[in-house]
Amino acid sequence: MKIAVCIKQVPTREWQPRLNDAKTWIREQDAAFEMNEPDAYALEEALRLREKHSGEVVVCAAGPTRIQQVLREALARGADRAVHVEDDALGSADAAVTAEALGAAMADEKFDLVLTGLQSDDQGHAQTGVILAERLGIPHSTIVMEVQINGRDLRVKRELEGGWFQWIAMPLPALLTIQSGINQLRYATLKGIMAAKKKEIRKVAMAPGLQAGQEIVSLALPTRSKQTRLIDGSPAQAAQDLVKRLREEARVL
Amino acid sequence: MILVLAEQRHGTLNRASSEAIAAAQALAGGMPIKVAVLGESVGGVAQELARTDVAEVLVAEHDALGTYTPDAFTMAAQSIVAATTPAFVVLAHTYQARDFAPMLAARLTTTLLTDVIGINGSGASATFSRPMFQGKLVATVRPKATGPCIVTFQIGAFRADAVRTGGGAPVRTIDVTIDAGAIRQKPEPPFQEAKQAVDLGQAERIVAVGRGIKSQEHLPLVQKLAAAMGAEMAASRPICDNGWLPMERQVGSSGQTVAPKLYVALGISGAIQHLVGMKGSRTIVAINKDRDAPIFEVADYGIVGDLFEIVPALIAELEKK
Repeated sequence: MKIAVCIKQVPTREWQPRLNDAKTWIREQDAAFEMNEPDAYALEEALRLREKHSGEVVVCAAGPTRIQQVLREALARGADRAVHVEDDALGSADAAVTAEALGAAMADEKFDLVLTGLQSDDQGHAQTGVILAERLGIPHSTIVMEVQINGRDLRVKRELEGGWFQWIAMPLPALLTIQSGINQLRYATLKGIMAAKKKEIRKVAMAPGLQAGQEIVSLALPTRSKQTRLIDGSPAQAAQDLVKRLREEARVL
Repeated sequence: MILVLAEQRHGTLNRASSEAIAAAQALAGGMPIKVAVLGESVGGVAQELARTDVAEVLVAEHDALGTYTPDAFTMAAQSIVAATTPAFVVLAHTYQARDFAPMLAARLTTTLLTDVIGINGSGASATFSRPMFQGKLVATVRPKATGPCIVTFQIGAFRADAVRTGGGAPVRTIDVTIDAGAIRQKPEPPFQEAKQAVDLGQAERIVAVGRGIKSQEHLPLVQKLAAAMGAEMAASRPICDNGWLPMERQVGSSGQTVAPKLYVALGISGAIQHLVGMKGSRTIVAINKDRDAPIFEVADYGIVGDLFEIVPALIAELEKK
């Protein structure tokens, strides 16, 4: 089994948004980055499938030099090698460009299975995986919560809305977008971190002439849809004020 | 012309598709709107759609559309787009749309804007607002492709009851070409994991907990607050993913949608996936240490601070007689 996992590097959850001067992207120099959470689950699933079916896990990512951090981390967690489509323009690229860039770099590898997170915590397009499947000419399923492989047959449990699920069968090769919570994540061991230093990160130039599907005209902090009453004071004072308001103003207690 | 792809299951129109029609009406700027419904036998849904203020309802019926697969739905949608040459294709941002709209966009080599929450302007020159960075920022985006621009609208962004009704739109059958041999996915019937013992939808008050609770050992504190408020306990996705609370207590797009009288969010940052499940609540209280957390955008009352100090104080206050 030759398994690819596409990962993305995104700002950490604690990151406080700051914009560049043109207000078209974030001030990257202020941001700390980490592996996109659903992608971490996709990586874990790939490692578990390799344990069961043997083979190789190749982690693939498209982005500027900074994304080496998450590639190294994936190698430390157990991926065998990495492919880095490197270009500064990929840091803020849309899903169409990211998928095309990955597709061009991955096509020759003939992966049996491609996994990625269901969406990224930065731009959140939730389309890169599916477009990549099209570019690789393979079937896909999205928002996957369980993966079963029997020879060349793949069967996956797809999450539907409102607590419903559905099993879907398809042949390999295929691409799956993985939902957070499909498994329990492992973290890198010291041994893994040491071993990762010797693993290969193959750099690939971005394919020329990729067309973006959309352009960010501007970024802004969201406007509040509601007037929030912020309650100050010590915990005891705030609690007293809130309970009073919930009883007398909102009348919900 | 705007093409809306409506979603139905077993002859019931998805409410989010009505919201998509409302969005299409807001986007139209004089352009006619046609609504297509795909399935095996969808005449009833078509009649329901015909009551909205649209130019035409298109019925795409085919054996291969009875049970959803991304391959069949993409081929059918391609047929309809080819026959109608729309400027925009509009859908609700449902799990089904997320599964096939990117494939349709790739096949048509065109733009897909997902999870859109607002339209700026109308017609061909419109730009669109969509959340980015987990809702911490909102982006204004402009489509760049020359083909039909596909747009999916976040559930709840437009109101289903805002759909303008009309004088009975004509219903027309449209032929779709589906190569059954090219459908690679074989779906099995949908199922629910376990009979849901808790119906959060019926709860009058809900105390929900998120990542801010840090560890499972702290859950009894939340339970105590819920008891003091006469509330059911719920959680955001990460808590259920960790197995700290059962999945049936999850609120959000993949869990339950709730609209209680009182919703208290403890240590929940307010990712969109959570907000869509609870923002219809009458009174929302947010307690979070991060003043910029998106949960405060939907909250009526907010306390910025450490929930481990505030929750015990709240319990003490509620237990005072």
